[in-house]
Amino acid sequence: MKRLLALMAGALISGCFAPSAPDASSVLDAGEIRSGTSFLTPETQALQADAFANPGFLWVDRGAALFEQPISDRPACMACHEAGLKGVAATYPKIDPESGQLLNLEGRINQCRVTHQKAAPLTYESDDLLALSAYVANQSLGEPIRVDINGAAAKHFRQGRDYFTTRRGQFNLSCQQCHTDHWGQKLRGDTISQGHGNGFPAYRFEWQSLGSLHRRLRDCDTGVRAQPLPSGDQTYIAVELFLAARAQGLDMESPAVRR
Amino acid sequence: MAGIRLAVPSPVHQGEIIEIKALIQHAMESGFRRGARGEVIERNILTRFECDLNGTLIFAADLHPGVAANPLITFHLKAMEPGTLTFTWTDQNGEIWQDSAALEIT
Repeated sequence: MKRLLALMAGALISGCFAPSAPDASSVLDAGEIRSGTSFLTPETQALQADAFANPGFLWVDRGAALFEQPISDRPACMACHEAGLKGVAATYPKIDPESGQLLNLEGRINQCRVTHQKAAPLTYESDDLLALSAYVANQSLGEPIRVDINGAAAKHFRQGRDYFTTRRGQFNLSCQQCHTDHWGQKLRGDTISQGHGNGFPAYRFEWQSLGSLHRRLRDCDTGVRAQPLPSGDQTYIAVELFLAARAQGLDMESPAVRR
Repeated sequence: MAGIRLAVPSPVHQGEIIEIKALIQHAMESGFRRGARGEVIERNILTRFECDLNGTLIFAADLHPGVAANPLITFHLKAMEPGTLTFTWTDQNGEIWQDSAALEIT
C-alpha cells in the first residue's frame, strides 16, 4: 500500500510539473503575445525596419566578417556552416546532446570555438561575441521561435519559470508582475512590454550599443534592486529558455532596436 | 574598431536628387557621464564629418557632445557628375576614418 501511495504521489508530482507547450504559454494567451516592437514609437520602429540605418547592423556586418575569418590554423565558422544558419537561432536555448548542458546561442558559439577551432572562448558581452551572435540571430529574422522544453530541457524550463515568477529585490517584485500582469500599462514614462527576448541581441538607446539578453535581464534585476546574476549564468540561460517558450511562435527580430 | 556603412544609390540619372546615408560606429562619449565609481568618463567624440566628390567638398558637418553614439548622417545630392564619393570622419584627437563609394550616372 505504501508503495502504491508513493507511486501515486510520484505520478501526481510529475503530473503537476510535467512541462508542456500549453503550460508555457498559459501565462499569456496565444492571441495576446506581442513583440516589444509594438510598444515602440513609430520612429523607433522605422529605424529597426531600416536594414541600413539600424545601428545593430554594424555588429551584424562585423559578425559576417568574423564568421569567414579563420582562427590561426583552424578553419573559419564558414568552413562548416557554408550553407548559413538560417532558422537555427530560433531554436535556442537548446540542450547540447554531447554535454547534456543547456546552451544559449552565445554558449553554442563559444563551444564551437573551443572544441572545433581550438580557440579561447569569447568574453560574454564582448563586441566579437555580440557581433557573431547578432550575425547568426539575424539569419533567423522573421522565423518563429520554436524551442524544445521537453526531455532534458524540462528542468531548465521550470527553473526559468521559477525565476520569472519569484519576487526579488528591495522592491519585492517578480518579472511576472510587470510583464505578464501589467504589460501595456505605464511605468514612469514608459509602456511596460511583455518582456520577450525575440529581438536580442538588440540595440538599446539606453546603452547606445548592441547588448545581449543577459545584459537586459541584469538591468531588470537591478531595476527591482535585486542582485543581478553574472552574464552567461546558467540561471539566466534557463530564464532565456522560459522566455522563449513563453514567446513560442513570435518572430525573431534581431538586431531589434529598443528604448 | 570602426564599422562604417554607406548607402549611395547607383547608377542614377543625371540631375537626379539622391539621398546619401553614412553610419559609423563610434562611442560619442560626451564627457558629462560618470562611471560606476563616480569617476568622470573622458570625452571621446567625432568632431567633423566631410564628404568629397572627386576631391571637391560637397557636404560637411561639425559634431558636438550632444550627438548620440554611432551617428547616422543623411543628406541629399543633385547628381551632376560621376566619380568617387569619399567620406571622412575626424575625432577630437585628429584620428581619421575614411571610406568611399562610386557614384555612377547613366
